Amino acid sequence: MSDSATSSQGPDGSVSGAEITLTDVTKRYTRSGKPAVDGLTLNIPAGETVMFVGPSGCGKTTSLKMLNRLIEPTSGTITIDGEDIRSKDVDDLRRGIGYVIQGGSLFPHMSVADNIAVVPGLLKWKKQRIADRVDELLDLVGLEPDRYRDRYPRELSGGQQQRVGVARGLAADPPVLLMDEPFGAVDPITRQRLQDEMMSIQDELRKTIVCVTHDIDEALKLGDRILILQEGAQIAQYDTPDVILAQPAGEFVEDFVGSGSSLKLLTLTRVQELDLATQSTATIGESTKDVIERTRAAGDSSVIVLDQRRRPIEWLWLRELRSDTIPATEDPKLITIDRRATLNDALDSMLVSSHDGVIVTGRRDEYLGVTTFTTVTDHMRATEQAAAEQAAEA
Amino acid sequence: MAELAKTEADAQTRSRPRKPRRVGREDLGMLLGLPTLVIIVFVAWVIWRQTASLDDIEKRQLAWDAIGRLTWQHIKLTVVAAIAVLITAVPAGITLTRPRFRKFAPPVAAFANAGQAAPVIGVIVLLAIWVGFGFWTGVLALGIYAFLPVLRNTIVGLQQVDPSLVEAARGMGLSQLAVLRRVELPLAIPVIMAGVRVALVLLVGTASFGTFINAGGLGALITTGITLFRYPILISGAILIALLALVFDWLGRVLETAATPKGM
Repeated sequence: MSDSATSSQGPDGSVSGAEITLTDVTKRYTRSGKPAVDGLTLNIPAGETVMFVGPSGCGKTTSLKMLNRLIEPTSGTITIDGEDIRSKDVDDLRRGIGYVIQGGSLFPHMSVADNIAVVPGLLKWKKQRIADRVDELLDLVGLEPDRYRDRYPRELSGGQQQRVGVARGLAADPPVLLMDEPFGAVDPITRQRLQDEMMSIQDELRKTIVCVTHDIDEALKLGDRILILQEGAQIAQYDTPDVILAQPAGEFVEDFVGSGSSLKLLTLTRVQELDLATQSTATIGESTKDVIERTRAAGDSSVIVLDQRRRPIEWLWLRELRSDTIPATEDPKLITIDRRATLNDALDSMLVSSHDGVIVTGRRDEYLGVTTFTTVTDHMRATEQAAAEQAAEA
Repeated sequence: MAELAKTEADAQTRSRPRKPRRVGREDLGMLLGLPTLVIIVFVAWVIWRQTASLDDIEKRQLAWDAIGRLTWQHIKLTVVAAIAVLITAVPAGITLTRPRFRKFAPPVAAFANAGQAAPVIGVIVLLAIWVGFGFWTGVLALGIYAFLPVLRNTIVGLQQVDPSLVEAARGMGLSQLAVLRRVELPLAIPVIMAGVRVALVLLVGTASFGTFINAGGLGALITTGITLFRYPILISGAILIALLALVFDWLGRVLETAATPKGM
């Protein structure tokens, strides 16, 4: 068991997930009452992110918890990687499935490292291996190991706790990761950052991720496929985001997804599809005089400060530059978005930005450019025009 | 205000951390202030005992070896009863919070309530008539009396553990026993220890009745003082019991602080 869960990850980020199938799965809480989940049959391909969405009480969380047997189905079969989940000891099964829940649910009396080390410890990994894995995971979720390893959960912000929660879920490198409203307890800007990070982590690992959310925008953004459920976990539609938006199966899905082509466009278009605006940049330690000259020549009145690894740390107006060289102060409130963020996220971020745009970053938070409100609206107008022309031709 | 600060901190993922305070300012005051108070009062009493002019009876009753023997009996009665309570009430509390036994919690709590509501003097004398006089009867009577606070705090302490933490632990593959040992108990410890401290203080006070059933203790000074109409003996007994109660309260606080896991 421990062997199969240790390293199923391919060296070049090839698929490391496992296929999950549900066959006619039913859950009744009372003998006579309506079933919470009624005959759910579903195939979740290996290495894909599948989002379970639906109104509250539709059985999405129940369906998720049946996958790691926190809830036992009344009837039906569930297999992971072709193996019936009831054929294994329940605790062994769970040690091979990552589980991430809202707010991170970190154990407050354990340090960050101890929280992450719980499952590897259960699997009897060697001490050194566990320590290495903890550092590797903290790095992966964007927390400096030296700074955060020995902290306690209450010394972390909500977003950081959630990151540690994700690291804990991934600790033993399980092929399957279950997430229950993982980003529900953080503010919108942090949530968006966490979603961005989740996407880049998934790009590297290709786990099978099953994630419950009530937020259709989150589902459209993160999911390779989306499962929209109605009461009793009846499948309203199970398809890719594009298809769900383009051809909603019936009124229920249409209502749930929401209408308005512009709004859909906002959730489907990623920032990287836009032409990013350029903005003057400066590196820590550069001479302020040179920077001001260069920036003025480019016609800008503000400059983005990058660190040695080209990560943006501050966005300053020229008049704020007083010292001789560019200082290394980090602005904790600086808002950046990942290139895979949706236009919706970009607009959200712009509303709270003190400049007339928002910084876009790429791999490992490297600076890419700036997107502005005008870029977004121009892009939408162009797309709508193209669509209208197409419609006129047809 | 605190709420606002919290959301602000959440908004910035690179926010400054708040260092947890192991011991609060108020607790620290109690941890240092209590022993100081006890020492001052005790020294004052010793000076009085050495300088006051006492008659023969008073001298014999307040002889140092007599006082030492009574105090030791008092401490023994308290500690043995406390240990007896600890090894019965904590497991009982744990059992009563397991899903299978949850339905028995109300009747057991009611029984424990009755144990504490009944006057100790009544319980101790009735028990002595029933099972005989002596030290162990005293322990039994005191144990019945101090059972409730520990049981109640164990139950409350375990119930207030965030159910989502328990579910997270189960979902990660910890067995039920491991969840209890590694998550539930560490998180419930502060509340359980508070119950133990309350029980200790109760026990020091009620151990004074031990003298009625030949179980010993500083209560003897009080009864002698009353029957012989010797105020110095009576008041000395009262002061020593009060000081002992404060010492045990302090010990309880030290235990509480030491047992609280880091990070909480």
